[in-house]
Amino acid sequence: MITAPTIEYFALAPLLIIFGAAVIGVLVEAFAPRYLRRAVHVPLTLLSLVGAFALVILQTVRGVPTTPAAMGSVAVDGPTLFIWGTILVLSFVSILLINDEEQFVPSAAAVPGSAEEEKAITEGAAHTEVYPLALFAIGGMLLFPASNDLLIMFVALEVMSLPLYLLCGLARRRRLLSQEASVKYFLLGAFSSAFFLYGTALLYGFAGTVDLVGISRALATAGGTETLLLVGTAMLGVGLLFKIGAAPFQAWKPDVYQGAPTPITALMASGTLVAAFGAVLRVFWVALGNDSWNWQPIMWGVAALTMVVGSILAITQTDIKRMLAYSSIAHAGFLLVGVMAVGEKGQNALALSGLLFYLVTYGITTVGAFAVVTLVRDPGGEAWHLSRWAGLGKRSPKLAGLFAFFLLAFAGIPLTSGFFGKYAVFRSAVALGEGWLTGLVVLAVVASAAAAFFYVRVIVLMFFSDPSADGPTVVTPSWATSTVVGFSAFATVALGVFPQPVLDLAEKAAKSLFVQ
Amino acid sequence: MTAIPWLSILMGVSVLGALGVSFLKNDKLAKQATLGVSLLVLVLAVVMTVGFSPNGDRFQYAETYDWIPSFGVHYAVAVDGVALVLILLSAVLVPIVVLASWHDAEQGKRSVRTYFALLLVLEAMMIGVFAATDVFLFYVFFEAMLIPMYFMIGSYGGAQRSYAAVKFLLYSLFGGLLMLVAVIALYNVADKNSFLFPDLIGAVTDPTTQKWLFLGFFVAFAIKAPLWPVHTWLPDAAAQAPAGAAVLLVGVLDKVGTYGMLRFCLELFPDAAKWATPVVIALSVIGIVYGAIVAIGQTDIKRLIAYTSISHFGFITMGVFAMTTTAASGATLYMVNHGFSTGVLFLVAGFLIYRRGSQFIADYGGVQKVAPLLAGAFLIAGLSGLSLPGLSTFVSEFMVLLGTFERYAVPAIIGTTGVILAAIYILWMYQRTMNGPTAESVAEMKDLNGRERWVVAPLIALIVVLGFFPKPLLDVINPAVKESLVNVKVTDPAPVVAVKEGQ
Repeated sequence: MITAPTIEYFALAPLLIIFGAAVIGVLVEAFAPRYLRRAVHVPLTLLSLVGAFALVILQTVRGVPTTPAAMGSVAVDGPTLFIWGTILVLSFVSILLINDEEQFVPSAAAVPGSAEEEKAITEGAAHTEVYPLALFAIGGMLLFPASNDLLIMFVALEVMSLPLYLLCGLARRRRLLSQEASVKYFLLGAFSSAFFLYGTALLYGFAGTVDLVGISRALATAGGTETLLLVGTAMLGVGLLFKIGAAPFQAWKPDVYQGAPTPITALMASGTLVAAFGAVLRVFWVALGNDSWNWQPIMWGVAALTMVVGSILAITQTDIKRMLAYSSIAHAGFLLVGVMAVGEKGQNALALSGLLFYLVTYGITTVGAFAVVTLVRDPGGEAWHLSRWAGLGKRSPKLAGLFAFFLLAFAGIPLTSGFFGKYAVFRSAVALGEGWLTGLVVLAVVASAAAAFFYVRVIVLMFFSDPSADGPTVVTPSWATSTVVGFSAFATVALGVFPQPVLDLAEKAAKSLFVQ
Repeated sequence: MTAIPWLSILMGVSVLGALGVSFLKNDKLAKQATLGVSLLVLVLAVVMTVGFSPNGDRFQYAETYDWIPSFGVHYAVAVDGVALVLILLSAVLVPIVVLASWHDAEQGKRSVRTYFALLLVLEAMMIGVFAATDVFLFYVFFEAMLIPMYFMIGSYGGAQRSYAAVKFLLYSLFGGLLMLVAVIALYNVADKNSFLFPDLIGAVTDPTTQKWLFLGFFVAFAIKAPLWPVHTWLPDAAAQAPAGAAVLLVGVLDKVGTYGMLRFCLELFPDAAKWATPVVIALSVIGIVYGAIVAIGQTDIKRLIAYTSISHFGFITMGVFAMTTTAASGATLYMVNHGFSTGVLFLVAGFLIYRRGSQFIADYGGVQKVAPLLAGAFLIAGLSGLSLPGLSTFVSEFMVLLGTFERYAVPAIIGTTGVILAAIYILWMYQRTMNGPTAESVAEMKDLNGRERWVVAPLIALIVVLGFFPKPLLDVINPAVKESLVNVKVTDPAPVVAVKEGQ
């Protein structure tokens, strides 16, 4: 007789709500009349996010589960809840940005510049599918860092990625770039998924299980030098590092960030990065934690390369979104420094809380920055070329001031949230007391100084250059966009001056570490 | 009765003033408000100074609150004599700079009130950076104060302003970030779960660790000060900054570097500081001579003044690292005097440049005949720059050389050549701009107006008064310096007096 598996529905409720809402969204697409769809989708999506967030809070208050849910395949623990909360907040503000028809193509199937496209525009067609697609992606993001075995993680990876591939191709302007981004992301993403899956298979060969805890147990008895283990770890690493955009797997990031509709870029740059880091941490700390001396040297090289590539290549960019993409790469490198800071339990909690805090600060600032990008427009869409931003500080000092502030936060200037984020991670790395990691921190601060150069370059353009006569217009932001920019700016200040409450939360979340 | 939180009030007044000014719609009102706020800060600072007892506790007016307990960071401010005189220096210079910059911000059609709001923000941060007794808080101010200065240079400066602003920011940021690593490591090595300065004194004992941490701090301060060979940002930044901002940049911001060396490098890492002394003294001497020689060759008035400052900073760092009471007190006094004398030099040069519209010495000549007051002020400021006896800088320069000679005779002797070179660069500049036949382009030049006289007069009065009677300042500085040097565990070498034999 087969016993039915036990499912902890309460623990999984946030996931279920998001996926449920996504399915309802598909039904709305199928049955609701066209003119009603947006009116249903927006509240549905936002409410489901709020509901899921409320459940996360409730669970946190009620006490964090100490065993994994769903027969050990999904771990809803302290770090997961913190990451879920972060992703849900970031998704909420990203959805507010997505709620802008100007950003999405009226008919994705129409050839760019064709008569069909003209027709779709005059008819006022719109792809309201973006809402359920985004919800599926967000659901995947929630499951990804919570998965406690490699197969679930793979499923989550695909659920997260497939809708994003589609969403990337839906930009209203510069459609060819958008489609190119979509195809590139899909192809490279498929490759990385294959790597991930192959790595999973090899690790299964080594441990006889895909359970993360099981792999860790197998490591305790085996020597740690088996070929299957080493190759499997490498393959799995490639798949995960691709998602966070670490060098040398970063090539997709600038293209995709540039081509995708900006609100989708915001969602990817914030939510996906947080989710992917959660997964990286879970795999490398829970499953491969006992094998750290094998992966740390490689990770060291990857982190160093990522910081350097991100900081240096960003300097040569002329497209604002590509520049932010390279900035995201550099930040991924800084975050990887914290991933390596593993030691005994207290040290791990320190590193984990630092990383969690960094992810919050970076995610919020990123969404704010991309929200500003959506507001500065040329007749043909967003003013993407950096030279178009010249003199913006004179035309609309408030907007330029906010953007400058976000850039300073990226650069990690004190009294912005970015500073404490960096500080928290670097502190945990130095606290390990190992020369090789402290050396990497020194490299990281040098890279930060180099990165500051290109952030500052934009500020120079905006404030110290004279505006051109036919400069871009700053559109009056909708209430949604204003909310996003306002929220991001507020959080960036608040976390830069009084980070303690969020630090407390991160510390509490990190204290119990990942469930084993 | 609870103690009045003087330092928080000083900063609070400046910050609130900045906020208020940024909301004023009328530019003239904004200027007047800024002047009012900065004068209020000055009055408060003077009142605070009067209540300071030089021979009491080392740190007075202390306030300590938890800021970020997770990181062991406190909002902790207090002043000792050294910090106090530097805060006073800032408080004196800001209203003068406000008055001097009355029309500076209008040239570029940029927001006037933003400029003045930035000035007040900068004032709050200058006070904060000297008052911080939590190393982390110090770091926060140290980095954050770059931003207002960056915008002041970049938005309101000369033709090359954005290049100069970026260079300034990146140099300082680079040094600051290295210091950040040292700050983090210091926290971990000390293992006290606190960034409070008194907790950290003597916390690092391992010699190798001390050396590394010392380097992290020292590089940041050397860039800030700036010490040769990391000085190259200063001439650009100072030449491109509006005159008022240049005064604060060279007069106060750079002092953070030398102050940091005295306060943090020496006291937290005494053994490493002694280990590094030969190199630092050598760099200082090179800086003194190099800055002076290069200054002689300059064709741009503001760049010339910037290079003279590099020479003077050489004296200050030499005084700090000579580690004798006389030298360190002299160096601290030098920080203040240099702020005044370079301040007035920059401001008068700024008036000159504003009238003629050129920074180049070659464009002037015989100004003295058409604008005698301007020329006179320029001369006194210049003479103070070359340390003429009777003017304040002489006292401090003499103390530094004397104090250094007690321990390092040869560098002191080489450093003395800087005094001679100073006479060349100052007098030659004066001669080329003020004497000789009046150049046609300056024939119509107006003399100092009422506002400008109010700018110059207090500074010249201070230079003269402190030149004859430096005692009040030294009374405040000396005990603080002595306590610092106690933490460094050095004693002054006994004076060597030649004893005649056979008597």
